[in-house]
Amino acid sequence: MGYFAVKGGVDAIANAAELVEYYRLRERTTPVEIAQIRAQFGLALDKIMGEGSLYAPEHAAIAFKQVEGDVLEAAFIMRAYRATLERRYYSTAIDVRNMFVLRRISSTFKDIPGGQVLGSTRDYTQRLLDPEIIDETSERIEDYLRDFDRKVDPQKLRRVVRFGRVSDLLKEEGLLVGRDDEDRRLVDVTREAVKFPAPRSAALQMLARAETGGLMALGYAGMRGHGASHGTIGELRVGRVDVRISDPRGRTRYIGRVRVTECEMVDKISGSRKKGSAPRMSIGYGLCFGHNETKAIAMGLLDTAMRNDSEQTLTQEFVLYHTEGVESMGFINHLKLPHYVTFQASLNNLRGAIDRLEGTREKTGFSGLVPVRVDS
Amino acid sequence: MRSFAKFRTHYNYAFIDESTKREIRRKLLKAVCIPGYQVPYSSPELPIARGWGTGGLHVTLSIIGRSDTFKIIDQGSDASVNACNLRDFVQNATKCETTFDTDAATLIQTRHRVPEERVDARHIVVFQVPQPEILRRIERYENRTRDMHAEADYARMWVTLYESYVRFGDMMQGAGYPVRVNGRYLMTPSPIPRWDVPRLSMSEALFLFGAGREKRLFAVPPHTLVEPLEFEDVKFHVENFDGVTCAASDTDNAFMDEIYVNESGGSKFVINDSNFLDKVLEGQRPPQTEHAYWQGGKDHE
Repeated sequence: MGYFAVKGGVDAIANAAELVEYYRLRERTTPVEIAQIRAQFGLALDKIMGEGSLYAPEHAAIAFKQVEGDVLEAAFIMRAYRATLERRYYSTAIDVRNMFVLRRISSTFKDIPGGQVLGSTRDYTQRLLDPEIIDETSERIEDYLRDFDRKVDPQKLRRVVRFGRVSDLLKEEGLLVGRDDEDRRLVDVTREAVKFPAPRSAALQMLARAETGGLMALGYAGMRGHGASHGTIGELRVGRVDVRISDPRGRTRYIGRVRVTECEMVDKISGSRKKGSAPRMSIGYGLCFGHNETKAIAMGLLDTAMRNDSEQTLTQEFVLYHTEGVESMGFINHLKLPHYVTFQASLNNLRGAIDRLEGTREKTGFSGLVPVRVDS
Repeated sequence: MRSFAKFRTHYNYAFIDESTKREIRRKLLKAVCIPGYQVPYSSPELPIARGWGTGGLHVTLSIIGRSDTFKIIDQGSDASVNACNLRDFVQNATKCETTFDTDAATLIQTRHRVPEERVDARHIVVFQVPQPEILRRIERYENRTRDMHAEADYARMWVTLYESYVRFGDMMQGAGYPVRVNGRYLMTPSPIPRWDVPRLSMSEALFLFGAGREKRLFAVPPHTLVEPLEFEDVKFHVENFDGVTCAASDTDNAFMDEIYVNESGGSKFVINDSNFLDKVLEGQRPPQTEHAYWQGGKDHE
């Protein structure tokens, strides 16, 4: 006897949730503290906050722990949580020129005013498994920190400075131009559905909330000849920026700092269609929460790709809809939901078509499900 | 954690904040005023995944009141696991009454079915919609499909149906058959089987459609004409279950699930709508929507 209607769905989902918790805990290891996650899994939290669209490291750490380290699932929880918060203020424009720079590189010029600041990066390390980390103890951490402090000579520390922007050099020379042909309205993609063609503010917001892997895949596809060009990193910065809001009386208030990664990709754009107008350079812009260079660079590539209307591959609709990680994840996984009604409807049609066209379909199960024409 | 209280959240009635619910209700009013037209809306995130019924939930949570009785089905079943989870969420967020009984419900959220039992002016039916744009499969870009709707330029849809007929001898669209609403907009009825499509037309119930991931709402108000696309000589038809009876209830004339009984491929049919089947098994035969298309399973060739 097969089953007819599935009953007991309530029990089934309660038990499934129970099992999830059991698998998380059954090894009886020391519970991971939220403070540990904040300190030791910072890059994961950066992704969670960026894709979750909410800068709140403690909340991100809770989500990370709750979902056994699945970054996208944690970002989803952050999005849902964020949607319960009232939007009271918008920040004033963030002044990236006043960033407290932790890292800053340019690949357009060998040396740049203010100098290249390599900062912390794994770029030039060998990606070898490090078994030493197994024996990490509090004592060894202390030793390491003491050594580190000893290496720093306070006399030789550089003053905190503002760095000029590489793009300013190109602008001064007239090589790099702004675009005046764009929709520059400020919209909030969390408050209204995006419509296409989307203003640049909407496109950049959606890129900032997009999933790193998705952006990387499309950015890479663009570089390999599917709709964008290679671009050059004018400047890539990681650092802390101040966030300010203006209160109802119009006074500007400092509310805190966020760590961000910013990328300006320099790319050639063709001039206007007018005969004799020379090509110029323009900026593809990326700015995202936390330290996430892959994302910021891919954003810069895709920003340029979407603005080049001659390209019909990496269009706004294609890029922005499909890099939205939380939505993509949801829809990919909805395929696990039952589809038997929809499937029955197409089965019905398919059997009919095979019967009509070949007339020889081997009959299995019920054979009478043949679509027929009806005159009303 | 010391600061645990900081992370305790008090959720609003029906989860979504009041100003966003008001926005969604305004957009629903617009959708009702322009039957079949897709209205963009904010589509706030929910603790339910995109593609799992968020659009339907936005509509439900925005219009549900304390006196509502809520029913939710997934592919016809009240007991499907996702339906259970969403029912649990709505119930927790609103403390509303819930029911399996189609007739007793005031608000029915559904995925891919119109209830088999007739719905009327006492009911609002909320559809979960995966892809609100009926033209998407013939035109991938939103800015172009908006133009096509604005100009009522549906030629390519007609050509697509024609080509399907020429190649396969029938319009092959199964679930989500294209309909024209109120003589104007082409609309997807959501992926309901053809069986349910005629139920949308001239109904006494209000039908609301929510597509969360795509951020669109649309509606078919009561007493509105909904016509499946068909040609003068090639007509729309529903799935033919002629000669099929339900193995559980020994009755017919309802949308059937095909169930493979054993590995040798034998199959039988059971009424899909779980509440309808329950009532039939109890000896009732609840009223269904009567329609010209209903019994027309006979071949006129």
